[in-house]
Parts: sequence; C-alpha cells; structure tokens
Amino acid sequence: MALRGDWVYENNGGTCVAIAGSDYCVIAADTRLSVGYSIYTRDYSKICKLADKCVLATSGFQGDMKALQKNLAARHLIYQHQHNKQMGCPVMAQHLSNTLYYKRFFPYYTFNILGGLDSDGKGCVFTYDAVGSYERVGYSAQGTGAGLIIPVLDNQLKSPSPLLLPAKDAVTPLSEVEAVDLLKDVFASATERDIYTGDKVEIVVINASGIRQELMELRKD
Amino acid sequence: MFRNQYDTDVTTWSPAGRLFQVEYAMEAVKQGAAAVGLRSTSHVVLATVNKAASDLSSHQRKVFKIDDHIGVAIAGLTADGRVLSRYLRNECINHAFVYESPLPVSRLVVRLADKAQVCTQRSWKRPFGVGLLVAGLDETGAHLYYNCPSGSYFEYQAFAIGSRSQAAKTFLERRFESFNTYSRDELIKDAIFAIKETLQGDKLTSSICTVAIVGQDEAFHMIDQKVIEEIINSMEIKEDAPADQAPLQEEDKGSEEAPMDI
Repeated sequence: MALRGDWVYENNGGTCVAIAGSDYCVIAADTRLSVGYSIYTRDYSKICKLADKCVLATSGFQGDMKALQKNLAARHLIYQHQHNKQMGCPVMAQHLSNTLYYKRFFPYYTFNILGGLDSDGKGCVFTYDAVGSYERVGYSAQGTGAGLIIPVLDNQLKSPSPLLLPAKDAVTPLSEVEAVDLLKDVFASATERDIYTGDKVEIVVINASGIRQELMELRKD
Repeated sequence: MFRNQYDTDVTTWSPAGRLFQVEYAMEAVKQGAAAVGLRSTSHVVLATVNKAASDLSSHQRKVFKIDDHIGVAIAGLTADGRVLSRYLRNECINHAFVYESPLPVSRLVVRLADKAQVCTQRSWKRPFGVGLLVAGLDETGAHLYYNCPSGSYFEYQAFAIGSRSQAAKTFLERRFESFNTYSRDELIKDAIFAIKETLQGDKLTSSICTVAIVGQDEAFHMIDQKVIEEIINSMEIKEDAPADQAPLQEEDKGSEEAPMDI
C-alpha cells in the first residue's frame, strides 16, 4: 500500500546476481514479481539483453525497469546507426549511469547489475545504485535477497581486498560451470529466507561463443 | 530550363503555375549517381552506383539502413540524404518505443513527404536536393516508394532515379510485370542488370555497385561484395539487354557535376 498519497513507486522484489570470470560472465535473476505479501506473477524476466555482449539485470520497481530497458534499447539503436557497431560493455555501463543520473530528482527505482564481456573478452560486472553511482566489480548482488547472498559470494570468490593498490582485477578464477553452480546454490539459499525471491531463476551466460540461457526451479513458497 | 524572373525564391509562383526552385531541386536528383529499386511480393531490392569524387577518395554511401524493416537509397545531395536518414531513423525508433511495433512504410513516407513539403513553402528554407527510394516491409507486404524534393511520393513496382536512370527504367518497364513472382535471387540479379544499364559502356564491377535487400525473414542489410562479384561474373550479355539507347533528354553528360552531387 502507498505510504503517502503521492507515493508513485512500488517495490516488486526479486534478486539479481552476477559473477565475472576470466572469459565469461554469468548473470542471474529470479522470476518472481511481488507486491507487499502478494505475488503478481511467478514468471517475469528481470533480465534484458541490451547488446551482443551486454546484459542488464534489474530489481526494484518493474514499471521503471521496463521504461529504463526501453530507453536503453532505443539509445543503443541510435548508437549503432552512428558508430556502425554495437555498444561495448564499459560503454553501456557509463551510458546507464548517465541515464540514471539524468533522473536524479525523480529516480528510476531500479537496482541494476550490468554484465558482459569487455573489449579484451574478459568478464565484467558493473553494479549500480538507483541514481547511477557505479563501479566495476568481480561479482555483485542487488535486490531483496542481496543481503543474504553477498556475504556468501564474499566468502567464496577470492576477491582481493579493494584496499590494495594498484587495484587488482577482481575477476574470479572459477570456471564457468563452477560459477553457474555457485549461482544456483546462492539462489536456493536466498529463496529459503527471503519471501520475495523464489519460483524460478533465470541464468544467462555470456562468453565468446555468444549468450546462453538456463532456467532453474526454486521453492514456490 | 532557362533562368527567368520567377525562380529566385521558392515562395514565388510562375504565371504558368510552377515553382521553379522546386523543379531545380528535382534537377539535383537527376544529376546524382543512379539508384534503382525493385519489388516482389516478399522482397525489395535497392541497388546504387557508387561514385567516388576522385580516385583518391572513398566511395560515397548512398544506401542507409533505417530500421530492420526499412532502408533507403538516395540520389542527389548526399548531405541532405544523410540528414533525412537520421530523421527517418528517429521516427522509426520513436514509433517502436511508443507502440512496440515497426512503423508501417506508408506512414514513414508520408512524414518524409510532409517534411519535404515544408521546405517548399517557407521563404527562409530551400527544398531538399535529394530523392529517396524507400524500400520496406510491413504487415501489408513489400513496398517501394519514391520521395522527391517536391514533397510528393509514389509507390512503385520498380523505379530508377539519378543520372542515366532512363536506361534502367526502360529495362525495368519491359520486365516489371513478372517481378511479383520473382525469387529473391532473381530480384537481386535484375537489380544489378538495371544498374548495368545505367553505366552504358562503363565496366560494372562490384566495387562501384552497392546492393541491399529486405525481405519477410530478412532484416534490411547490404549484400556482401563477394556475392555481387559472383553474380556479375555469371551474367552473360543477353540479346535483349542492350538498352534501346533512349535519348538522354534530361542532362548533358559532358557537364561538370557539382562537387556535392554524388
């Protein structure tokens, strides 16, 4: 229910996670759409393919998610017309940040993770807040289940300390199969305790041979 | 066409009811390098002659992808063509954003024509100096339109614009009735043949020719140069092909073409 008469946002719940590897990137999001203690649908994709090597996963308010995805897709078309090529992941990352900050005083209620391959073919994950502050990281989780997942990823993915200078590449040495298995495990765990996470998890893997998609069942309660 | 006292600006009618500035703009189209378009029930093909300003420079781009289902070929002032292509692309993107469906071709050409018409009725503007062959597919089928600087547009089964286009038109007139039954490859072949007609003696090579196609299961794209090379090599000089050398009534072949006209 709205907290005030003019409250225009709604949190539709859900969790997104992404892990960057040396030559792949895996992005996953659950497919449950909720409001309050109810479920809108069990079968809603929060993942959007923006470019050949660039995928966006969004949790938060899905109305804004849809609008943001459409906006980015249209701008990507214009970019392709002007530059005769697809947007690379770091390019899209900056662009997403600009798009979010553009609405600094009426934000997109979205918590985004952008995943893909950079120009060297290495996996990259960019994590955002609602107004466009972003950072390239080795792994990230956003959404209602993020608090349950991030500590596990911190423990499992040997990410060097960000306090070390020069900043070392935080990309995990895990193989693609191991990373997907880890994702499945963390989602199953988050589903146990987070009411907004469950039903199914959509896992997208980007590597040199293209984009692959998997669905895994989760607890429905 | 001779200079006269009614051709100074576009907002002056002549006593015979003509707008000379608009007609001069159409002349610019006739001076540009040739472009042809052909349509069947499922595909539309565009082919252009790519002229280079000199041996040192690259070939001018005359075919633009507007959206997955629409492309254009231009003849005349390429700068005007580029600007209009950007406008058309924007229209398609905006329509798809709002309606989640591709902009029907007929709607696009009307918007383009209206934009051209504005420039024929403002004293501080000039008409666009470019003709566009708009090829596209939508729910109602395959379409080929010609938009001219005057703001009018027509739908065609096949058409040719630019310099020496009359030769191509004659070639197309003889064969257009069967285009609807043509396969995709036959359509491409005839497009290249039509371009060959406009060269009239100059050698046809894949480097001076650009061919693009759009079809029901095929997004608009340029055809690879190698494929064009193969088709040209396999073309035999047929008896009926040498064009009835139609009197070149429009332009003087020996005249200098203005640098911006490609």
